[in-house]
Amino acid sequence: MTGWQPGEAADVVIIGAGVVGAAIARELSRYQLTVLLADAANDVGTGTTKANTAILHTGFDAVPGSLESRLLRRGCALLTDYAALAGIPVERTGALLVAWTAEQQRELPSIQERARQNSCEGVRPVTAAELYRREPHLGPGALAALEIPDESVICPWTTPLAYATEAVRAGVRLMLGTRVTAARAESGPGGARGGHVLSTNRGTLRGRWVVNAAGLHSDRVDAMLGGDGGFTIRPRRGELIVFDKLARPLLGSILLPVPTAQSKGVLVAPTVYGNVLLGPTAQDIDDRADTATTSGGLASLTAAGRRILPRLLDEEVTATYAGLRAATEHRDYQIRVDATRRYACAAGIRSTGLSASLGIAEHVVGLMGEAGLPLRGRNGTAAPPVMPYIGQAGTRPYQDAALIAADPDYGRIVCHCERVTRGEIRDALASTVPPADLDGLRRRTRALNGRCQGFYCAATVSALMAGRPGGGRPGTAGRQVRAGQQA
Amino acid sequence: MNADVLIVGAGPAGLAAAAELRRLAVGQVLVVDREQQPGGVPRHSAHTGYGLRDLHRVLTGPAYARHYADAAARAGAEIRAAVTVTGWAGSRCATLTGAAGIESVSARAVLLATGCRERPRPARLVPGDRPAGVMTTGELQQRVYLHGERLPGRAVVVGAEHVSFSAMLTLAHAGADVVALVTDLPRQQSYAGFALAALARWRVPVWTSTAVRRIEGRERLAAVDLADLRTGAVRRVKCDTLVFTGDWIPDHELARAAGIAIDAGTRGPAVDTALETSVRNVFAAGNLVHAAETADVAALGGIHAARHIAAALRAGQGMASPSPVTLSLDTPSPDAPPAPRVPITVDPPLVWISPNAIRFFSPPGDTTISPPHGRFLLRSQVFRRRAVLEVRQGGRVLARNRARLIPGRPVHLDAGWLAQIRPSDGPVLVALARG
Repeated sequence: MTGWQPGEAADVVIIGAGVVGAAIARELSRYQLTVLLADAANDVGTGTTKANTAILHTGFDAVPGSLESRLLRRGCALLTDYAALAGIPVERTGALLVAWTAEQQRELPSIQERARQNSCEGVRPVTAAELYRREPHLGPGALAALEIPDESVICPWTTPLAYATEAVRAGVRLMLGTRVTAARAESGPGGARGGHVLSTNRGTLRGRWVVNAAGLHSDRVDAMLGGDGGFTIRPRRGELIVFDKLARPLLGSILLPVPTAQSKGVLVAPTVYGNVLLGPTAQDIDDRADTATTSGGLASLTAAGRRILPRLLDEEVTATYAGLRAATEHRDYQIRVDATRRYACAAGIRSTGLSASLGIAEHVVGLMGEAGLPLRGRNGTAAPPVMPYIGQAGTRPYQDAALIAADPDYGRIVCHCERVTRGEIRDALASTVPPADLDGLRRRTRALNGRCQGFYCAATVSALMAGRPGGGRPGTAGRQVRAGQQA
Repeated sequence: MNADVLIVGAGPAGLAAAAELRRLAVGQVLVVDREQQPGGVPRHSAHTGYGLRDLHRVLTGPAYARHYADAAARAGAEIRAAVTVTGWAGSRCATLTGAAGIESVSARAVLLATGCRERPRPARLVPGDRPAGVMTTGELQQRVYLHGERLPGRAVVVGAEHVSFSAMLTLAHAGADVVALVTDLPRQQSYAGFALAALARWRVPVWTSTAVRRIEGRERLAAVDLADLRTGAVRRVKCDTLVFTGDWIPDHELARAAGIAIDAGTRGPAVDTALETSVRNVFAAGNLVHAAETADVAALGGIHAARHIAAALRAGQGMASPSPVTLSLDTPSPDAPPAPRVPITVDPPLVWISPNAIRFFSPPGDTTISPPHGRFLLRSQVFRRRAVLEVRQGGRVLARNRARLIPGRPVHLDAGWLAQIRPSDGPVLVALARG
């Protein structure tokens, strides 16, 4: 993509720079198209994308034959390969789906059968004896389990950043702080339907095609664009508790409950940052921005944690947070492409968007091609960017003697709990998609994410952030990010 | 490289220990600290009152930090700031990381003096939004005193102990209008004079039996919901800054990474009266083993540890195999100290005691080592104006000492009864006498 100027019509405008919108932008960036990726927030991946259980799902328990099942399987395979190339932290810990009651135990064979129908390999029953051998800290009373060997944990922050970085480097214009407030269709020559005109808080955007990847706001965007409707977003809040890294040795695999109709239930999982995650709750709410935790939610989680992994509660809590799943009244994804209106909708992705993102992008762009979007490959090969590694299992900069010898800033640890160096903060501030605020820096480096929650380093990290040349504050300026923008 | 003693943490305990070790003619003493400057927490605590018990004069925090950094350097200890111990290659072999690279240090003895931190908001499971403007006293003081930040607007301080009043002063200094100190306890825990001065001079009240129920504000802090625990009434108080104070936890990560036994009460490494841990020739001192005491108490603990480290090195205990009379603090370790130790524990409402075991001189093994300053430190979770602490071993009452109990405030137990301890009579228990 080259030469787009403000005011000109782009080939495609994507509304929403969450993991799904960013994945679609990345997919489209491989073709000779001008693409704009717009988001109301000041960073990519700030909605459902950033606050979830951070599991790379195989889709073993999806509804067989559903679109979700197919795209999850495809997305999981694609993302596993992509993560390895892009340096996105992934740990293949496997999962144990634990039955605590006779009723749950009776469910296991049908879950195993569903996994087979979903082409999920290697799922097998595990006896209580083997379960306790593998997970000696598990609370008493587990009767049996299923092992799902390919379930993994992934970094939900690096993933959309890698997609956006690749897209921006390939010419996609990332327009942050850009909220679409209204849309209309231009009339084309001879009364034919023209492109879309989108009103935003930063002026007008024109696009021949529009992709709705607006997550929690996708039904409203759909209505704005005159889509066929048929779905309503019903935010489902999930509260989670992150435990100290000292709790990490308490478990080996992801510990899943037997799912109910409402939710997958409360799980305990390692994180790629070396912590342990407990959650989520599932509460239907009306407010699409209410990511507050509640006393009831936190109490129910600690009670569940005490049953599943009693010693977990002896360790300190590092963080609590809540995320909103973009659920609808439907069980399956709401993906449709309207050739006449030149409108693609990728909504109702609920809680599996991170795992399925690359599958969804491939599917949506394929449908757009069939509907007439010209997909001509660009010259040069697309290559995933190499993202800064922020996982715990691999080698971080502070552990790399050669790197420190080449640049002492990688030996200067600023955030002690997470061992984030001055060099990594500097790199994040100068990256293709730089952070707009401390929260963005946190998601790129892990700084401020640790057990002290800023007791030691918040003041220093804030000062480094404020020293950024040309650094803006969130909400005071729109941010356009394009390749070559940084000095 | 090699060192006779590696000290991790250049706060009052670590620096005081370094100076003392050099005074006792221990050869190579290396002190490392992950912060940019040595001195520890007093560096960013600008108020006065430091140095009463150890230096017998009163200094500001930064002056006190400089005093110990200078004293350790003058005594010939090597102090390296901005260097982090990132792991262990053996029980006394540490991996150091800094701008100069990654290096291993093997020491004949190690002193852990990594201090403590305040429990932040998430660890207290306070529900609500996650806005900016919520911090601990440590972060507040660094923002204000090290980085010169201003904090205009209304502030609420959670806690009513010494450090809470210190946070109030820092907030006032930074231009904040402090609305109140709130505590879920029925009374404030600091000196009566502090609370009176807060009210008279700054018009800041202490709201007792009051708990933070919820935090509100999407980007910036907007308000807190405060519940009156007596009536159940909840009210919304607008504020721009919320500071969580006190509720200390030791920074015990390195100790746990080294496989050192942790005391269930203090949550720091379990130490005996010589301040040696469950791993031989690894000692721990300062607020890592009693979170949190004032800086002078930490420094005196460092000096106490230094004397026993010097003695251990002189005795050439270096790498000798453990003696058969070992009584370890937790599970017996092949690398545990050689002398017999008798655990000392407390019953509720006492929450912890430090040190956690009584050590006997070895040889001959019948005289005990006194704790730092000749007394044990305890904590209570209840207020009691006239309590009696009873010290018992194997059915014998060894002592009954009067004490005033205030949560979060030190309770001292003089160790005059130590001579009556018998190595074979089992653990010593400290509990409140009935009646």
